[in-house]
Amino acid sequence: MKSYLDMKGCDVAWCPGCGNYNILKILKEALYDLKIKPENLVLTSGIGQAAKAPQYLKCNYFNGLHGRALSPATGIKAVNPKLTVVVTSGDGDVYGEGGNHFIHTVRRNPNITNLVHNNMIYGLTKGQASPTSLVGMKTPVQVSGVSEEPFNPLAVAIALDCSFVARINSGDIKQSKEIIKKALKHKGYALIDIFQPCPVFNKLNSFEWFKKNSYYLKGHDVTNKEKAFKKALEVGKYPLGIFYVNKKKKTFEENMGCTSEFYKKKLNVNKLKKVINSIV
Amino acid sequence: MKKKVLDDVSIVLAGAAGQGIQTIQHLLTHILKLKGYHVFAMKEVMSRVRGGVNSTEIRICSDRTSAYVDRMDLFLPLNPEALKRYSYRVNEHTLVLDEKKVPMSSIAKELGSDIYKNIVAVGFILGLFHIDINFVLRYVKKHFSDKPKYIKNNLLAVKKGYHIGKLYAHKLIINVKKDKKVVKELYLDGSEAVALGAIAGGCNFISSYPMSPSTGVLVAMAKHSKNFDILVEQVEDEIAAINMSLGAWYGGARGIITTSGGGFDLMTEGLSLSGMIENPLVVHIAQRSGPATGLPTRTEQGDLDLAIYAGHGEFPRIVLAPGDAEEAFYLTQRAMNLADKYQVPVLILTDQFLVDSFYNVPSLNPTKIKNKHYFVKTLKDYNRYKLTSSGISPRGLPGFGSGLVCVDSDEHDESGHITENHLVRNKMVEKRLKKLELIKNEIEPELIGNKNYKTLVVSWGSTKGVVEEALGNKKGVSFLHFKQVYPLHNKTLSYLKRAKKIVVIENNATGQFAKLLKREFGVKCESVLKYSGLPFSVEELNEKLS
Repeated sequence: MKSYLDMKGCDVAWCPGCGNYNILKILKEALYDLKIKPENLVLTSGIGQAAKAPQYLKCNYFNGLHGRALSPATGIKAVNPKLTVVVTSGDGDVYGEGGNHFIHTVRRNPNITNLVHNNMIYGLTKGQASPTSLVGMKTPVQVSGVSEEPFNPLAVAIALDCSFVARINSGDIKQSKEIIKKALKHKGYALIDIFQPCPVFNKLNSFEWFKKNSYYLKGHDVTNKEKAFKKALEVGKYPLGIFYVNKKKKTFEENMGCTSEFYKKKLNVNKLKKVINSIV
Repeated sequence: MKKKVLDDVSIVLAGAAGQGIQTIQHLLTHILKLKGYHVFAMKEVMSRVRGGVNSTEIRICSDRTSAYVDRMDLFLPLNPEALKRYSYRVNEHTLVLDEKKVPMSSIAKELGSDIYKNIVAVGFILGLFHIDINFVLRYVKKHFSDKPKYIKNNLLAVKKGYHIGKLYAHKLIINVKKDKKVVKELYLDGSEAVALGAIAGGCNFISSYPMSPSTGVLVAMAKHSKNFDILVEQVEDEIAAINMSLGAWYGGARGIITTSGGGFDLMTEGLSLSGMIENPLVVHIAQRSGPATGLPTRTEQGDLDLAIYAGHGEFPRIVLAPGDAEEAFYLTQRAMNLADKYQVPVLILTDQFLVDSFYNVPSLNPTKIKNKHYFVKTLKDYNRYKLTSSGISPRGLPGFGSGLVCVDSDEHDESGHITENHLVRNKMVEKRLKKLELIKNEIEPELIGNKNYKTLVVSWGSTKGVVEEALGNKKGVSFLHFKQVYPLHNKTLSYLKRAKKIVVIENNATGQFAKLLKREFGVKCESVLKYSGLPFSVEELNEKLS
């Protein structure tokens, strides 16, 4: 499908067969369906293969530091709430290097969408374990196999009452797109953990593996936090879909009284003079 | 004690944290200032919430001052530990306010509570100054208006102390000149001055993590946030603070961050990002004694090298260092505009001494410096990093205009997209570094004293006041005060060349600014240094400079 979001003639740095191609396609189609214009869209990302996504579609972007994509995204959305702000980064970026920001962004609840390309491996640094690598996975660094339990982003997010929590499989474009559209429309911080294969460095978690080891939630009450949490703890066969939604939670922008663009703000000089002259 | 005439009074209050020194300081300094005295107050506290020995040094002078003296004319120790800690400064000229002279405890006891002790002392000192008692009573009443239960006894306490003070006044004659103009002057600390300067510079966003002694600015910004529509966010760590601020500037806000050395350490990667993506950024660093946790509540000028060299890679930046509250206001306002103009990080270096000290300042005028916004409305073909002769590319904002604003921490081309083309790399490095040359024409050092000098005393930041006072009118000696410490102004060398001898005064152990002067200009400098955690006193600097 051709769209106004296509970047013509860009040199894509992803390997053939990478799950990132699908994620880019799904995101582009979701944005297209929702008629979000490039000039009103900001993508932020950290560092890693996933973090290159903003380079490959037409939009404003802020490609910052490893692990820090959520902080600029929060700042951008607060000072211009009219923008659609999407964070696209990897598991190492959001859950590892940026773990503290992840936790506190859930608490802060800015109205942004966070796509976490979770391939359970470090790709750009050539194949070390990530926070979500499964126990036992051998790599050139984890030579005896990964020993730590994988980080469970969904359980952490639900425990902190994250306002929108979902998991999708990049191999399923159709259903994933609908979930991303819901996340984009959701008011508040929306976390979407995305199963993404890395055919070069992660020989275990392939498209086939993700398909075989997952199932879609059916008849699940997304407003029930305890049930959502239980579902998030399921391993072996991983649930996909929307786990939890809390529509009552106020956004960061609402709490901060952000309604319009900060660049339009004018300083009330007379008021400032009055305040200054009262400090005697 | 013999009869004594004082035309410059140094009062030291010392006691445990929680004993009410702040209240005494507040009442004394405000009342004296409102009666036309030049007042300066410096805080020296231990890093604890209760106990220990904290002190406040107050100077009441016939002229404006922003320095303290070792000499203690009046000393009020609120507990035996305080007396012990400061005994080395007590001499035959010191009037120690003890229970023998002023029965503070028994008066307080009569009034029913120990809490009135301090107020008796306040009354005593104001009695020595012959301040109109009705004015004192009105002020004290107003001060305690939120505690109506205690007003009556506070007024009685201050009155009793006042009368004892008046009886004592024939032994200690205070002859400090009053100045009617001072009555209407402002009286504020360095933190408030930085915050008001930021607001004057259009700042509408602050993201910070509390850290002494920088937190005062965060608190002041929060206090003014409703009046001036400022977003105040206490973030999870300093890394979030800087990255959020970068996002806010990118989105069209004007942000500031306040921190101290250790917090700034955590920000250095973000600082480098600001340099790479040419995103404006303003960070206020209130220096304290390092390294590591150091002396968390004491002063030092030890982070100049950190400010100048922090962050990996090569990129331009601006480092400003105000000398007092007035300069803190104007330089912070200027910082907001310079960051926007050059699209570089601007660091404001203050220190514990400056942010915690109270100054009387003639006025602060937010329209003296013109605020200017430098962002542009974008067109379809907009390129964020367009190559220009100045190195400055017009800065667009996302959602303002039809263009796209793409910024990338990777090396990028004019459109902001990743590149590994070495020719583009060269052009981008040169473009960024060109800006440094322009900044060398911004804020000149200030020469205080005669244009013809043999010895040039040089300092930067908060040592300004004490250097000025210690030098007085020494013959053949002039003082060069730096407010922009990096990059050094183009005119710097012409000042240095005219001197036979250059003496650099710094509140650190390694002479960081002297080394910078040597490195940049190859000049020989002598250093006068202090790194105990305290600022220079007038007497010690006087001695070192003679």
